[in-house]
Amino acid sequence: MALQSLDIAKRSATTTESPQARKTLEVAKLIDVSKCIGCKACQVACMQWNDLRDEVGTCAGTYDNPRDMTDQSWTVMRYAEVETEERGLEWLIRKDGCMHCEDPGCLKACPAPGAIIKYANGIVDFHQENCIGCGYCVSGCPFNVPRISQKDSKAYKCTLCSDRVAVGLEPACVKVCPTGSISFGSKVDMQELAAERVTELKERGFKNAGLYDPAGVGGTHVMYVLNHADKPALYSGLPADPTIAPTVTLWKSVAKPLAMAGMAAAALGGLFHYVMKGPNEVSKEIEAEVERELEGEK
Amino acid sequence: MTNHWSDIKNADVVLIMGGNAAEAHPCGFKWVTEAKAKNKARLIVVDPRFTRSAALADLYAPIRTGTDIAFLGGVINYLIAGNKVHMDYIKSYTDMSYLVKDEFAFADGFFSGYDAEKRKYDKAGWEYQTGEDGYVKTDPTLENPRCVWNLLKAHFARYTPEMVEKICGTPRDKFLQVAEMLASTHTPDRVMTILYALGWTQHSTGSQIIRTAAMVQLLLGNIGRAGGGVNALRGHSNIQGLTDLGLLSNLLPGYMTLPGEKETDYDAYIAKRAPKPMRPGQLSYWQNYGKFHVSLMKAWYGAAATKDNNWAFDYLPKLDKTYDVLQVFELMHQGKMTGYFAQGFNPLNSFPNKAKVSAALSKLKFLVIMDPLATETSEFWQNHGEFNDVDPAKIQTTVFRLPTTCFAEEDGAIVNSGRWLQWHWKGADAPGEAKTDPEIMAGLFLRLREMYKKDGGAFPDPILNLAWAYKLPHEPSPEELAKEYNGKALADQFDAKDPTKLVKKAGELLDGFAQLKDDGSTACGCWIFSGAWTEKGNMMARRDTADPWHNGQTLGWAFAWPANRRILYNRAAADPSGKPWDAKRKQVWWDAAQSKWVGSDVPDFKADSAPEDGMGPFIMNPEGVARFFARGMMNEGPFPEHYEPFETPIGTNPMHPNNPKAISNPAARVFKGDMEAFGTAKDFPYAATTYRLTEHFHYWTKHVESNAITQPEQFVEIGEALAAEKGIKAGDKVKVSSNRGYIKAVAVVTKRIKPLQVDGKTVHHVGIPLHWGFKGVAKNGFITNTLTPFVGDANTQTPEFKSFLVNVEKA
Repeated sequence: MALQSLDIAKRSATTTESPQARKTLEVAKLIDVSKCIGCKACQVACMQWNDLRDEVGTCAGTYDNPRDMTDQSWTVMRYAEVETEERGLEWLIRKDGCMHCEDPGCLKACPAPGAIIKYANGIVDFHQENCIGCGYCVSGCPFNVPRISQKDSKAYKCTLCSDRVAVGLEPACVKVCPTGSISFGSKVDMQELAAERVTELKERGFKNAGLYDPAGVGGTHVMYVLNHADKPALYSGLPADPTIAPTVTLWKSVAKPLAMAGMAAAALGGLFHYVMKGPNEVSKEIEAEVERELEGEK
Repeated sequence: MTNHWSDIKNADVVLIMGGNAAEAHPCGFKWVTEAKAKNKARLIVVDPRFTRSAALADLYAPIRTGTDIAFLGGVINYLIAGNKVHMDYIKSYTDMSYLVKDEFAFADGFFSGYDAEKRKYDKAGWEYQTGEDGYVKTDPTLENPRCVWNLLKAHFARYTPEMVEKICGTPRDKFLQVAEMLASTHTPDRVMTILYALGWTQHSTGSQIIRTAAMVQLLLGNIGRAGGGVNALRGHSNIQGLTDLGLLSNLLPGYMTLPGEKETDYDAYIAKRAPKPMRPGQLSYWQNYGKFHVSLMKAWYGAAATKDNNWAFDYLPKLDKTYDVLQVFELMHQGKMTGYFAQGFNPLNSFPNKAKVSAALSKLKFLVIMDPLATETSEFWQNHGEFNDVDPAKIQTTVFRLPTTCFAEEDGAIVNSGRWLQWHWKGADAPGEAKTDPEIMAGLFLRLREMYKKDGGAFPDPILNLAWAYKLPHEPSPEELAKEYNGKALADQFDAKDPTKLVKKAGELLDGFAQLKDDGSTACGCWIFSGAWTEKGNMMARRDTADPWHNGQTLGWAFAWPANRRILYNRAAADPSGKPWDAKRKQVWWDAAQSKWVGSDVPDFKADSAPEDGMGPFIMNPEGVARFFARGMMNEGPFPEHYEPFETPIGTNPMHPNNPKAISNPAARVFKGDMEAFGTAKDFPYAATTYRLTEHFHYWTKHVESNAITQPEQFVEIGEALAAEKGIKAGDKVKVSSNRGYIKAVAVVTKRIKPLQVDGKTVHHVGIPLHWGFKGVAKNGFITNTLTPFVGDANTQTPEFKSFLVNVEKA
């Protein structure tokens, strides 16, 4: 949704300047897995604040429910039973959801003008009214977060409660977390808090405790304190070194400036076609190119 | 709780055992994370399953369900043998030096005085020796072989680490790691808190498990101290208030007790409950029982309670036995009951052995349900397929449903686990025709009184004379009821020391229970709540978070009973000379200049009794000190002893392998027919336990969409080893059966339940969450208590929901 009080840093598929007059603080949510009990209060708060109700599902033989993120479930807890020689059995529980990357792959990949925006405070938000349902954001996301609704073919994900943050409130999940596992504030403050927590965890014997704020995506505005920061994959496959797919990078970082300079007009004709024609049709060439590249990656 | 929620942050060690605070008390659990983050506290979890609490623990030790006395008994032995006890504390503040009668003995699994026929003890010999001066004999040198210290040492010396491993299945090294961490708090500068819940209560030895934990804490000197205590985490909103107000069948408000059928003499009734001190200089606070009791009867019967009629003593029912829920459903099952009121209660789901409960309800003439929800009990007569396979044509019980408001639809106070009475305000109007519980009860009472007035009856006085001075007689308001339990002066009250000084005018609200009288000049509906609503206003509505001592006591937040005191027995936080044991944790201490006890909490003591007077900190006990030796107060013995659950996976008690009568609690009550319904390990080889999940609250939230989404379908938890043996994969449907019936559920196959080696056998656990039923928006399922046995703790009769036997097969 459009929020007048938050300045926009980046917009998808848009060449005009973003507004920059106001200064907002760069924010972050810090999820301390060492304090998380997997109670799912955050899931329920997310449902209630955002007026979402997923299906009453089934039990698939795990505690995970809903079993995955959907257009109705923007955050889910993931439970991993891990046995290591060093510490024996551990139950590693991670709240999964949008990481709000500083360099968002979804936004880079998105061909629909203004469908994905990044606010100056770091929040990456989807504006569904501009979404064309192409699913590029899904491909562009290194964390496998966005979900396309079967009902309206729009992409959905955690907004970091941009509507709440815009009026000075913390995200709903932060508000309800009973153990103080989720904190919210300026990114700098959250990094400091994380450092304190890491010191405490090291004192407790977690030698590799650390902050998860991956550089591959320019850092994130949702960060984790991990007991085992050396092995993020233990936490239900959190990527160790997430990066934006090369295709997306190529398409936005190289191809787009070239296009802007008008030096490869022939090769990128499709792009101009798309820019001129508006958001509802994606250039067939680009679509094919991206899909080919992604196919190659798999 | 002896302490309270926010006090947990003061602990150095937190032991969660017999509970799963992260799962069932997630909001309270934040104080554990606080203690860890701010106090470097270590968290220990001992549980058959690696739980959500265990996920955050520094140390986890597995234990077989129902063997906690053996584990904690092992800890007691470890502490005593290794001299890891707080000796100054136990010498001064406990009964260690008291001499016990020579008749008291323990052999072969029985204490002295056992009658196997009646399954009961004659407890006369379970007493202290008394001297000619009438006081208990003691030996402060602790050398006398009959002193409690030596009896205790001998009793627990049998609980070696090897025996713990043999009974509990806890690997010896894990047990020793736990014991060592617990022992680290025996010095005055370190404190441990114990958090438990129904994982201790719901066993046939539940009360004794909790006593064993209290003994551990006393040995370590952790009772009465900030960050210490034995802390029951209450499982229902306001269940603390339920016991406080005396809603159990044998209680009166404020932990006073109903008379037994032989107690027809009023003075003897009071005298028995107002014991004289057993040692010189002790307070024995229950000596005030008469004041609390008379004030209660004045609140209930007003002018009809007079000195001449012993304050209406004859109006009180006299019990021939306790009418706990198992007893009531046994009587119902025998066809001896006509009607039953289920007020905010879902017995079909909540009581053990659903088949028996269902058969019992079918024998009633009428059943009244007062509930905000359409409970399973209200439809026990309806066929819901395999979930409730009954024939409605054969059930003649008439069911009345009276919809009530829920807690969010009314004002009032809720008492939390930490004994805080917190006033809350209505959040929304109730839907439809729902009425508040007081309104429904008032309506019934007014009609009944009318009938008694018109038609008379065998003994109409207790009904006709009940005081009912509410502004709207059909709708007593929460404010009126709160003021009633606070109490008021019925006549002008003068200062005891200065009779010319008026303290309270007739009609004024009292400041606290110290102002209660036994002459009929005060009325008080629940003495321990006195002070909750005074002339200064509603103390329960206070919301001052000021914490000047930085120890979380926040005396300006709500009202804690008794007397706004936050930590019970807090005199024990200071040494015998009145100085805090630990200067960092200042609670209450003796201020010689002012000649009184002062501190960050309301002293739990006679305010002007100087340390040299030698008054003990446990003022509610006639001894003045804490009891290791329970005398005749426990039904199965003065010391805790390990007995197996009634359904035991090993079929023997390794403590007493040669006494088949001492396998399970010898004093637990078992009704005819229920003994036969117990299964054995031959047919039902796996140890089962039931519990809650954090996504749900009991049987309510399956009616709520958000909860149903987060945990939609019934499941059971099975360890990987057992699953492999049975060819069960995660997500498979399994059938879990006991000797009383079966349920079907999805299998969660987990590393978090490991097989244990117990007495030479492999014991597998099956974990069974309890939330499902045939009503609600979650996927309908079976009632878990189809499986559980109809037997309770020998003292409280709380059913043994936590330990029984099942078989598991692929459905």
